[in-house]
Amino acid sequence: MRINCPYCGMRDVAEFTYLGAADLKRPDPSAADAQQAFFEYAYLRDNPAGPFAELWYHGGGCRSWLRVVRDTRTHETLSAALEASAEPGAEDG
Amino acid sequence: MAKQPFRLKQGGIVDRSKTLRFKFDGRGYLGYQGDTLASALLANGVKLVGRSFKYHRPRGIYTAGPEEPNALVELRSGARLEPNTKATTVELFDGLEAASQNRWPSLKFDLLSINSLFSPFFGAGFYYKTFMWPASFWERVYEPLIRRSAGLGRASLQPDPDHYEKAFAHCDVLVIGSGPAGLMAALAAGRAGARVILAEEDFRFGGRLLYETLSIGWEAGLDWVNDVISELETLDNVRLMPRTTVYGVYDGGTYGAVERVNDAAQVPHAHIPRQRSWRILAKRAVLASGAIERGIAFPGNDLPGVMLGSAVRTYLTRFGVAPGKRAVVFASCDDGVETARVLAANGVEVAALVDTRKGIAPDAEAPWPVFAGAVVERAEGGRTLRGVAIRDSSGARLDIACDLLAICNGWNPLLHLTTHLGGRPVWDESLQAFTPGTLPQGTSVAGAAAGHLSLSESLSDGARLGAEAAQHLGFDAVTVELPAADEKKRTQSDSLWRVGASKSFAFVDLQNDVTTKDIELAKREGFGASEHVKRYTTLGMGTDQGKTANVVALGVLSELTARAIPDLGLPGFRPPYAPITWGAFAGHHRGQDFRPKRLPPSHVWAIENGAVFAEAGPWLRAQWYQRPDELSWQESVSREAAAVRRSVGVCDVSTLGKIDIQGPDAAAFLDRVYVNKFSTLKVGRARYGLMLREDGFAMDDGTTSRLGEQHFILTTTTANAGKVMQHLELCRQVLWPELNLRLVSVSDQWAQYSIAGPRARDVLAKFVDAPFNISNEGFPRMAAADLTICGGVRARLFRVSYSGELAYEIAVPSRYGDAAIRALMQAGAEFDITPYGTEALNVLRIEKGHVAGPEINGQNTARDLGLGGMVADKDCIGRVLAGRPALLESERPIFIGVRPLDASAQLAAGAHFIPNDASAVAANDEGYVTSVAFSPELGHDIGLGFLKRGQQRIGEHVRAVDLLRGADVECVICSPVFVDAEGERQRG
Repeated sequence: MRINCPYCGMRDVAEFTYLGAADLKRPDPSAADAQQAFFEYAYLRDNPAGPFAELWYHGGGCRSWLRVVRDTRTHETLSAALEASAEPGAEDG
Repeated sequence: MAKQPFRLKQGGIVDRSKTLRFKFDGRGYLGYQGDTLASALLANGVKLVGRSFKYHRPRGIYTAGPEEPNALVELRSGARLEPNTKATTVELFDGLEAASQNRWPSLKFDLLSINSLFSPFFGAGFYYKTFMWPASFWERVYEPLIRRSAGLGRASLQPDPDHYEKAFAHCDVLVIGSGPAGLMAALAAGRAGARVILAEEDFRFGGRLLYETLSIGWEAGLDWVNDVISELETLDNVRLMPRTTVYGVYDGGTYGAVERVNDAAQVPHAHIPRQRSWRILAKRAVLASGAIERGIAFPGNDLPGVMLGSAVRTYLTRFGVAPGKRAVVFASCDDGVETARVLAANGVEVAALVDTRKGIAPDAEAPWPVFAGAVVERAEGGRTLRGVAIRDSSGARLDIACDLLAICNGWNPLLHLTTHLGGRPVWDESLQAFTPGTLPQGTSVAGAAAGHLSLSESLSDGARLGAEAAQHLGFDAVTVELPAADEKKRTQSDSLWRVGASKSFAFVDLQNDVTTKDIELAKREGFGASEHVKRYTTLGMGTDQGKTANVVALGVLSELTARAIPDLGLPGFRPPYAPITWGAFAGHHRGQDFRPKRLPPSHVWAIENGAVFAEAGPWLRAQWYQRPDELSWQESVSREAAAVRRSVGVCDVSTLGKIDIQGPDAAAFLDRVYVNKFSTLKVGRARYGLMLREDGFAMDDGTTSRLGEQHFILTTTTANAGKVMQHLELCRQVLWPELNLRLVSVSDQWAQYSIAGPRARDVLAKFVDAPFNISNEGFPRMAAADLTICGGVRARLFRVSYSGELAYEIAVPSRYGDAAIRALMQAGAEFDITPYGTEALNVLRIEKGHVAGPEINGQNTARDLGLGGMVADKDCIGRVLAGRPALLESERPIFIGVRPLDASAQLAAGAHFIPNDASAVAANDEGYVTSVAFSPELGHDIGLGFLKRGQQRIGEHVRAVDLLRGADVECVICSPVFVDAEGERQRG
């Protein structure tokens, strides 16, 4: 498998570490149902067949966390983008 | 040494000026450069080359290629012994030594061939039925028995003395196979300017043109091959890779291949890898792997002398070897006539052409008897073939003497690679064969591999698909003129899978000794689905993956079940397409080179000072420093630990992960990743921090120092440095992108030494440059500072203590690391400064009850670790889930110290706590011991661990039971802090 890193270009999957679903939002820890929400956030996962947005870490390259859309049936990577697209303080250089 | 009695007077593409000597089963023979081991054996009249897997039946050479099921030999000897090597693919070299397999005491006289008399007991499902009970017999009786009598070659059991290499290659178009289709594809893509790799399994390019007497354009097929190869060699964008097997297709256009760089030698040349494992990244691929011929199941079809027609023609034409003197050809297609013609043209008597087809016109010109509508009913012989019994169209039986039987039963496209990513082939009714179905992305299939069996189709397929691949990648089209091919379109067989039903051995899978009867039995016993037949009979599960067997087996099953072949289940194959040696997968990553070693800055100095090293994460760290008079590691470790408590010691702690964190939101960020607060930390101060995983369990710990309002240095444990960095980047980039900060690992940039002991300040005082004030008031406990040492060297000083003594960690740029340890040793000489390793470090931290890897083991929360008080009232990773009711349960084991009641008793890490009056069973388990050390300060063993309600049970007695090591020690529960409970020493 190959991933087209926005910084480094097309790279071998061996340079990346997989995390899992990209579309999980860390719940509000002060909410009344925080414990249930965090339980679902930490443990419950979908297992879709088809295009799936997931997080990959380019530890063997630029150390970016990427949002990679992968077809779970074919391992084809449909897109790869920086997860932190709007970098705060980027103008500081 | 004998001459080569079966070598033809002329012909073949072997180099007759280069005679090679080789040995088979200890006997010397001669062959030529360009031979395979199989062709050289046949040239010398050696037909019997092995014994079969289960029944120890005599076996010979059945094919001339990688599909060979029979002729498996042990190549070389000693550490280079290589079992199960196909004689048909071994390139002959001078001095080659090979031996037959699976026979005892000798190939000609094999006592275990008696197995074939017991075949009624050894049929399909034999293992499942016979060895059901008693279970205890399996390991002691059955398995050794089976291993002795059934099997393939022996492993050498010695380390492989040769070296292997791993390599990457990138190309636009990968062409797999160099027959007519592959060569045209490479030519078309190469001329268009695409970067082409042409991979060929054989040591010669040409594929079937190496043995078919066909002409292309105005020239012989072989001359055309040579012309194309010459042109490809002139193209810089084309890479020719002979002896290279593409064994697997992987995601994203990745292909696995093994190149036999240096295999054709008894002892490979030094400094050249034996084999090279390639990962080829190709934008497009053209699969031109050709087709392989299939057999027919009839009694005696496994005798040495029975051979596929294509193999017979290969030995005659390519190698100039007659595989027999008097031949019968058994055919169901036009290949039969061609095989008879080639045999006759090379002076081999053709006793009969037996063609299953009734409709073929008897050729009046044919100088051999033709039996149309007839079958070979049985092959006869002892150790080799002596004759065949045929049944003609009128039903009469005829016996014909022969020593060679050529079988031509049509072709199966070699489509393994098309199924590696889950594609399934489709059944072609007219070909009576499977052809490629769904293809891996970017791959096309040309020529015989696609079921296009004629030469002209192969050439046009190759030219078209090679050009298409290049065009698809944006290269301009270049026309490649299609040469004329003289071959007429071939007709495929009228599907004959087996001859009659018989009580004798009619083999379907020659390598695994599976007969038509086994398939019948499997079907009768309810295992009639193709996947069940495979597992019940072991069909197709040999090292050849059933290349000659699978389709024949489906044909037989189809007849038995009256179901069409495609309804029985479509075949699929997994990589590797051919057996690959483990050495090639490992490359240089073996033994000490399994993974890169990281060496701390004091490494050279440590070697000079007798250090014994241990792996810690990716690092090699000094475990202890052995003095000549010390007899055990325990002695060295106790001396080092005692020296720290008595005077001063120094330890390289550079391997701790160091992460530099800067930005306006750095402090807020740390508050969210640590359970405790860092926004309240003053500049110039350090603080111990604990971080959790989001599920509430402890992940890592370490000290973090604030060097500026927006500047922190975070340290991690050695083992978790990479993991913590990844986690922090996740927090920064994914969870809280709104926070403005940056992280960078500076682990390699700073060498860091811990200087610990009552005299630590005295040593450092000699180092720090004025006017830095190192006094207790000027630089108190948990202080951190940038400073210079030794007259201007930039450094960082942290007053943190892991040992519980007055201690500092001093960091200098890595390039000063070696100088720094030497200078520290010199400055500390007057205080008897003692270097200490990771073992003494461990003793000191256990004496102080500091948690480390054995305690932060993924199963414990901050509360379990006795650090619940650190958790500040704010959100942080893991805080919510750490509050789950089960994790707050009062029965949950909690961090405690433990010492043996009898001071001379030894504790063991991993032992479980059992109440004194209870039996040592899981139901009575109350916790476990995580860390153990002999404390030189106290003079007995001490331990850390987790015990139910531990903090309320101080002073109680429990047993630490270790059933694995047979230990059962009565212990006293105590505080985990064994030395200086008030913490006075580090304040001094």
